[in-house]
Amino acid sequence: MKIAFELNGIKQEIDYLPDRRVVDLLREELGYTGTKEACGSGECGACTILVDGVSKLSCLMLAAQLQGRSITTIEGMSPGKKLHPIQQAFVDKGAVQCGFCSPGMLMATVDLLQRNPAPDRQQIRAALSGNLCRCTGYQKIIDAVESAAAEMRDKL
Amino acid sequence: MSQVFLPHTLEELWTIKQENPAALIMAGGTDLLVKIRDRKLPPAVILALENIAELRQIERQDGEICIGSMVTHQQLLDSPIIQTQLPVLHQAVAVLGSPPIRHMGTIGGNICTASPAGDTLPPLYVLNAGLELKNAATSRLLPIQDFIQGPGQTLLGSNEILYKIRISIPAPHSQGFYFKVGQRKALAIAICSMASLLQFAEDKRILEGRFAWGSTGPTVMRFPEVENTLIGEKLSPIILGRLGQSMAALVSPISDVRASAEYRRLLASKLPLKIWQSLI
Repeated sequence: MKIAFELNGIKQEIDYLPDRRVVDLLREELGYTGTKEACGSGECGACTILVDGVSKLSCLMLAAQLQGRSITTIEGMSPGKKLHPIQQAFVDKGAVQCGFCSPGMLMATVDLLQRNPAPDRQQIRAALSGNLCRCTGYQKIIDAVESAAAEMRDKL
Repeated sequence: MSQVFLPHTLEELWTIKQENPAALIMAGGTDLLVKIRDRKLPPAVILALENIAELRQIERQDGEICIGSMVTHQQLLDSPIIQTQLPVLHQAVAVLGSPPIRHMGTIGGNICTASPAGDTLPPLYVLNAGLELKNAATSRLLPIQDFIQGPGQTLLGSNEILYKIRISIPAPHSQGFYFKVGQRKALAIAICSMASLLQFAEDKRILEGRFAWGSTGPTVMRFPEVENTLIGEKLSPIILGRLGQSMAALVSPISDVRASAEYRRLLASKLPLKIWQSLI
């Protein structure tokens, strides 16, 4: 099946199996391995991507559903070499341990800050409640989101 | 490989369904795709409803709110109509799944999955929701408690889809409550849940009290004979405690990986007290 969609701002037209999952399309067909898979059943958030700007789980989406959509993965978070302010805050605050949950955490954070540019810590926890960190580094992740939100508000 | 169809109109949908009678209907996919992957369902042609715009609307018509079956949980959370008119449903979707699950999962999917733990179900039972089912030729309206027959079992016909959920706006001076006990706050499948809709008279006496219990039987359960004992009473911890005792004697929970039947029964007896706790 021919599927036309936009990946990180670049138009794609590929021939792929419609019933394979989006996470498989990204990782195995297109080589975008930044998006991770852990549970494969919607409970861990590692595979979170943005579909038309909204956080969704790429392990629970079929390739055919991408037709006409625009998606963002961790690879497209920041153009060029400079990190996105949220990525930079994760580095500065020590919010990355093994790093496996980070792409999903970052995508979930983009979604949160679009909806609410000034979340409190409880709102951050709720917004990231679908993303598991098996290193259990949650406090620093919340610190990073808080700091990124402040930084991004200052730039507005 | 299986084919995946994403029709944009109901007309296209009926044609595809006629040509592929065994096609599985997919709403948000958050349950269906997990079941297919776990081989609980055989691979089949998939017919996804997500591009059919008329299924994605929340409308208010006179005293009734119509929710399209493909309205996502996030849409319900963000909707001022749901926030102000159906707070019991709003409270339930606020604790359903996680943000990305709420962005994908739909109210129609939650109903047709017919899990006794489905978070939207107890609110829809106390709201006496009507379900409009549609096929190519006609439509019919069924109360939700008749539509859901058991775990994963509904009266959805093989040529039908759930089209809209119709809910009469609760009477003035009504208050809605939803409480759920899970193993954690997010992504929790309810161990026991309870929705309640209480309608009060001017003198604060209860005119009508409705209670629905999740995860304590094969379907969500209501016990009108116990509900009726509240009529004319004033809300108090004693009344709610007594109600919980009566309800707990009637529920039929099972023991499973999440909790024992005894614990579920204990929760069922205590959850009504949360109403008092939330009001003081």
